[in-house]
Amino acid sequence: MTIKLNGDPHEIPQPLSVSALLATLAIDARRVAVEHNLAVVKKAEYDTSIVKDGDEVEIVNFVGGG
Amino acid sequence: MDALVIAGRTFASRLIVGTGKYPSHAVMKAAHEASGADMVTVAVRRVDISRKTESLLDYIDTAKIFLLPNTAACYTAEDAIRTARLGREAGMSNWVKLEVIGDEQTLFPDNEGLLEATRVLVKEGFIVLPYTNDDPVMCRKLAEAGAAAVMPLGAPIGSGLGIQNPNNIRIIREQAKVPVIVDAGVGTASDAAVAMELGADGVLMNTAIAGATDPVMMARAMRLAVEAGRLAYLAGRIARKSYASASSPLHGVVGS
Repeated sequence: MTIKLNGDPHEIPQPLSVSALLATLAIDARRVAVEHNLAVVKKAEYDTSIVKDGDEVEIVNFVGGG
Repeated sequence: MDALVIAGRTFASRLIVGTGKYPSHAVMKAAHEASGADMVTVAVRRVDISRKTESLLDYIDTAKIFLLPNTAACYTAEDAIRTARLGREAGMSNWVKLEVIGDEQTLFPDNEGLLEATRVLVKEGFIVLPYTNDDPVMCRKLAEAGAAAVMPLGAPIGSGLGIQNPNNIRIIREQAKVPVIVDAGVGTASDAAVAMELGADGVLMNTAIAGATDPVMMARAMRLAVEAGRLAYLAGRIARKSYASASSPLHGVVGS
C-alpha cells in the first residue's frame, strides 16, 4: 500500500502505527513532529495512531533558521 | 545587564540569534556561546527521508538555550498556523516566532495574515512573537490580539542595511505595552546598538552573525553592542544641540 510521505509516494507493507513507521525510517521519535492527514499527532498517540493506504504523513524536525 | 522578560519568562541576554546559514554546526555552536544568547530561533522543515543528516539539536545545549521555532517561508495564515502546531510538538514549548510573508523579494510580512494567525494561535495557547513591519499601528493591533512581544523589522531580512526607520522603532517602543524586539536588518554591531539605544527590549539576528567572515567574533561584537546600547538607553543620552557646548572651564585660560 502507498502513503504520501513528506509529499512523495512511499510504500508500506501493511497499516503501521506512527511509532512503527518512524522505526522503519530509522527516525528518532523524540526529535520530530508528525502530522497525519493534516492533524498533528501527539507523542502519546504514536503507538495508537495507525497510518493506512492513501494517508498523508508529514514528518518534520528543526533545522537552521532565523 | 537587566534581564529581558517575555510572557513571564526571563532571559539573561537581550540578544536573540538564529541557527541558519552558518558555515558549519560547530561554528554555529561557538558563535552561540560567544553571543551569550539564551534564546535561538529554529525553522521547522520536512525530515530528509532519503539520507541521514546531522541533527541541529546536537549542537544546541537546550538545557541553557531556549528554542524559538519560526514559521519562516509561510505565505498564508493557514500554513503558518500549521507550522506553529508542528513546531510546538517538535519542541515541546508553546512559543512561536510567527512569520507570514507577503512578498518573495523583500520578505516583508503580510500583516493581514499575520494578525489572523496571531489571533488563532493566541486562542490555542501559544506565546506568539510576530515578525512585523516597523509600523506602530500594526504593532499595537498585534499586541491587542494577544502577541507576547512585537518584532518589527529594522530592514529587510538578511539585508544588513541597519535600522531604516529609527523614529518608528522609537514610537513603537513608547506606545507598546509588550516587549519590542527588533528582528531583521542588522548588518553590524553599531546597528544593534542603535536598535537598543532607541529603546528596543532586544534584537534578533541571524545573517549578520552567520554571514560574517568570522561569525564567532561578530557574535561577541553583537553581544557587546546590545549591552552597550541597552546601557546607553538606560543611562539617558544628552539632548542633541546644533552648536558646541564647551567641556572645559571657560575661565582661567592661560593668557586671558
